[in-house]
Amino acid sequence: MRLFTARRARFIALCLLPGVVFVTLFTYYPMIRGTIIAFQRYNLFDITSTPFVGLENFRAVLSEERFWTALRNTGTWVVVSLFFQFFLGFGLALLLRRHFRGRGLYQAWVFFPWAMSGFLIGLLWRWMFNGQFGVINDLLLKTGLIDQRIGFLATPGWAMTSVIVANIWYGVTFFAIMIMAALQSVPKELYEAADVDGASRLRQFWHVTLPHIRPTLALIVLLRIIWILNFPDLIYSMTGGGPAGSTDIITTFLIQQVIGGDYGRAGAVGLLILGLLLSFSVFYLNATRFEKSR
Amino acid sequence: MRRIGNAAKVVVLGVWLLITLFPLYWIVVTSLKPKPEIFSMPLRYWPGNVTFEHYEELFSFADFGAYLLNSLLVSLVAAGVVTAIGVLGGYTLARFAFPGRGALMLAFLVTQMIPLFIALGPLYLLMSDLDLLNRLAGLMLVYVAMLVPFSTIIMRGFYERVPVALEEAAQVDGASRLVAMVRVVIPVMLPGIAATFIFAFVQCWNELFLAITFIDSEDAKTIPVAMNSFITQYDIDWGSMAAATVISVLPTLVLFAAIRRYIVEGLTAGAVKG
Repeated sequence: MRLFTARRARFIALCLLPGVVFVTLFTYYPMIRGTIIAFQRYNLFDITSTPFVGLENFRAVLSEERFWTALRNTGTWVVVSLFFQFFLGFGLALLLRRHFRGRGLYQAWVFFPWAMSGFLIGLLWRWMFNGQFGVINDLLLKTGLIDQRIGFLATPGWAMTSVIVANIWYGVTFFAIMIMAALQSVPKELYEAADVDGASRLRQFWHVTLPHIRPTLALIVLLRIIWILNFPDLIYSMTGGGPAGSTDIITTFLIQQVIGGDYGRAGAVGLLILGLLLSFSVFYLNATRFEKSR
Repeated sequence: MRRIGNAAKVVVLGVWLLITLFPLYWIVVTSLKPKPEIFSMPLRYWPGNVTFEHYEELFSFADFGAYLLNSLLVSLVAAGVVTAIGVLGGYTLARFAFPGRGALMLAFLVTQMIPLFIALGPLYLLMSDLDLLNRLAGLMLVYVAMLVPFSTIIMRGFYERVPVALEEAAQVDGASRLVAMVRVVIPVMLPGIAATFIFAFVQCWNELFLAITFIDSEDAKTIPVAMNSFITQYDIDWGSMAAATVISVLPTLVLFAAIRRYIVEGLTAGAVKG
């Protein structure tokens, strides 16, 4: 790596300039403006006066029942999705760890949901979960697991289950591939040494593999938590947050505020999400580091 | 024992493959069924009378061809600009130590953690101030901004795998830095550059929320915006919707299959190295 000298400053600046300009103008500037708007009364349909109102938007949001429902739903959405994505993904990663004929092809096929947008995945599953003509109802009837059709997306409890099932379907493979990469980062010598010591497969997994990949796993899990929380796309097209707000998560709630034109409240919700994510990340990173050093 | 293990492994992998692929199969089958067959019981698991009427409908009634062209234009241009910016920015981040480099990397990484739609409202105001609402150019600008951090970070990773000695040799032979970069480094990185371009293309192709916020007029609609407007609360024309899904997912499937290895490599390397 070369050191910084005045001669190279111009070259560096020119190379970085376009990227910095774009990100400043279209990412950081709107974020800062949104932060300011969160403390203003700012409704798109009446922008003749936008006075500062202090914490009024936060108070209004926090006193809305729908916000708290969305917050609780976010917890369910993240925890249940993550749980299944993690363990199914881990299992798949272990099966895919060793090379076998056709592994590349297999990965390519099971990876494909990741090429789809959340919007399309939502549509796909909305069709399959359809209460009348949905294939899932049909399959469950045929196998005798149910004796009459279920209105999956029209019943509050079932709707949440349905969006989570779709989310698990979407996320498992990506989790699997991240974990597979982590597994392959374990030095082979460690296993050879363990073999010499006569350690069984299970003991090797517990005492060699797990400790070695734990920091990576902790990071992947954190990234996925943030990501699942920020993934309104699937819910948006699958249920639109319904029925009766039962599949609203905090980010679909935010989008409803934006669509409703109340940018003041949308800003407040945005800041609340940000605060939530930041405090959770700090707490989580501390907790996992503690775990590691123990 | 081992044989039983292997058989179990094959079964589990097979079941997962089936679960992954079935929804795709189902949407293709639905798109090929005549309307009465879509909405009749018992369900048919393969199309009895294959028809392309839903596809024809899309292009005759819904002007889907125009939406396709819009999406194609926006995605190609945005992905091209994003990749070019990534090629330049990634190079300096990988090859030079300069004040503020760490801060810049952090500023880019942070945008990846915070979803852009927290800034959705203010972005709308900005687009309106710049008179860019309902224009494909406006969409391109925001998509570029959205993807620049990713392309820069991933290009930096690719550059770091190219030995510095390679370009130094070219410079010793009298080539300028720029010439060395273009002639020696870029060719080695072509697969990575292609992967970045395709990834950016797919992201733009799929993007929904920014597009539905900024685009309202019929002649600037992209595919996701158009499909979103097909949805009404209680009624969806599932035949057309299935056909539209198949059309919009086909290019991304092909492209993604082509670069899967690089994307996985890039993303996992990023995660594993932290």
